[in-house]
Amino acid sequence: MDMILEGLKQAFYLLVTFDPEVMGITWLSLKISGTATFFSLFFGISVGTVVALTEFPGRRLVVSLINTGMGLPPVVAGLIVTIFLWRNGPLGFLEILYTPTAMIIAQSLIAAPIVTGISLASIQQLPRNLRLQILALGANRLQMVWILIKEARLPLLAAVMAGFGGVISEVGASIMVGGNIKGYSRVLTTATVMETGKGNFEIALALGFILLLLAFIINAVLTQVQQRQRPR
Amino acid sequence: MKMRKGLTWAVGLMAALILMAGFSPAQAAPVKQKNLILATTTSTQDTGLLDYIIPIFEKKTKYFVKTIAVGSGAAMAMGQKGEADALLVHSPAAEKKLVEEGYGVNRRLVMHNDFVILGPASDPAGIKGMKSATEAFKKLAATGSLFMTRADKSGTHAKEMAIWKAAGVNPEGQKWYQQTGLGMGQTLGVAAEKKAYTLSDRGTYLSMKKNLGLDILSEGDAVLLNIYHVIEVNPAKWPKVNAPAAKAFADFMVSKQVQKIIKTFGVDKYGSPLFFPDAGKKVEDLGK
Repeated sequence: MDMILEGLKQAFYLLVTFDPEVMGITWLSLKISGTATFFSLFFGISVGTVVALTEFPGRRLVVSLINTGMGLPPVVAGLIVTIFLWRNGPLGFLEILYTPTAMIIAQSLIAAPIVTGISLASIQQLPRNLRLQILALGANRLQMVWILIKEARLPLLAAVMAGFGGVISEVGASIMVGGNIKGYSRVLTTATVMETGKGNFEIALALGFILLLLAFIINAVLTQVQQRQRPR
Repeated sequence: MKMRKGLTWAVGLMAALILMAGFSPAQAAPVKQKNLILATTTSTQDTGLLDYIIPIFEKKTKYFVKTIAVGSGAAMAMGQKGEADALLVHSPAAEKKLVEEGYGVNRRLVMHNDFVILGPASDPAGIKGMKSATEAFKKLAATGSLFMTRADKSGTHAKEMAIWKAAGVNPEGQKWYQQTGLGMGQTLGVAAEKKAYTLSDRGTYLSMKKNLGLDILSEGDAVLLNIYHVIEVNPAKWPKVNAPAAKAFADFMVSKQVQKIIKTFGVDKYGSPLFFPDAGKKVEDLGK
């Protein structure tokens, strides 16, 4: 128990003193996971919408695959990305292993199925007649899709939160493809693992609390956006 | 209108993050050939030694070091695949094999510390003070005392297996022999919780001692030496290896400057050094 209090104290101390190293890794966590979430939104909302609105053979299989992907273990995603990015691997010429870019790729891979799955479900749960109605009012297909996405914005923002929450808190992929390099690819989660390994449990806890605080702030902002426009 | 505003808001926030990510200096990759990938064991990072000396190397040579701290087994696998430029590892038998197979060149002695046999203060197996690590392991097996092994092909694990072999005991599958599959720090935590015996490098043990209830029960045997070598990955096998950087790093590790740092590193924090510098010595002369 003392240790948790000590961790809280440390977190507070690191925050109020603007500890440059901690500020750096917090900022990097936010940038990497924010960017990865952004990419996964593009992919996830478009694929999710297409799958939700179309009928094709094997559709159920595709949906099952997407839903399985929502549980993709980060460490597996990390291993796959690592093997592709190895110097002597298929994408080795890019020379981006152990960089923040590689971390964005791995995290996008983790977040994409989460966003796709929730997008799919949220578009699909809209009443079928709504589509007919929109088309009947003279909208073209693109306009219809845009209206549907807007109609489903509540669950879609939940998809954003789930995707972001999934990647900001994951460590397996980040440590593998980023390498936890000081001042370069060290983020809150990988630093927490390292400090735990060093036996600096108070600092590890402090980093954990900072991570939670960060996630809370982001989610509070998104929730604000989401709830403000709740249909009355 | 109100809805669109909210959505625009969220998208704008993300876009802003990306823009900032794009322009941040941390994101800009350093000049390519300047990168040096150093695969090493967790102990060199967890003790804080690398965090101390790498910046000195970077400043001196302008290379950018990407330190990948994994077990010695994984580090050597990276070397074997040409995915690292230099290795700083402590698993001598496997290192020799790597060099014999031509994947590593110019293997040089850097430093050593030692392993210690740890256990609960109550010492139910009664190995306290035993001089021979092999005899201590025999006794642990004979009494069926709970033993935690990392089982991760790390240098520590390799050393442990060598001692079991010397003791003529095959612990695999025994009820008292449990695998954690974790790094040294975490394995120490598990051993402490379960009041089990385990083998650890002294550096990691010293740095975590305050949170553990584990005592050193046997130490000082010559087989318990923990020896670190630096190896350059052979560019003849893997053309993409940054050979000049690897050589510069290996030279740096055995240089007078670094050897002097190693000699005193950790004294202020733990009261004794964590490593002993050995550049230029022969393995056979260590610990004498």
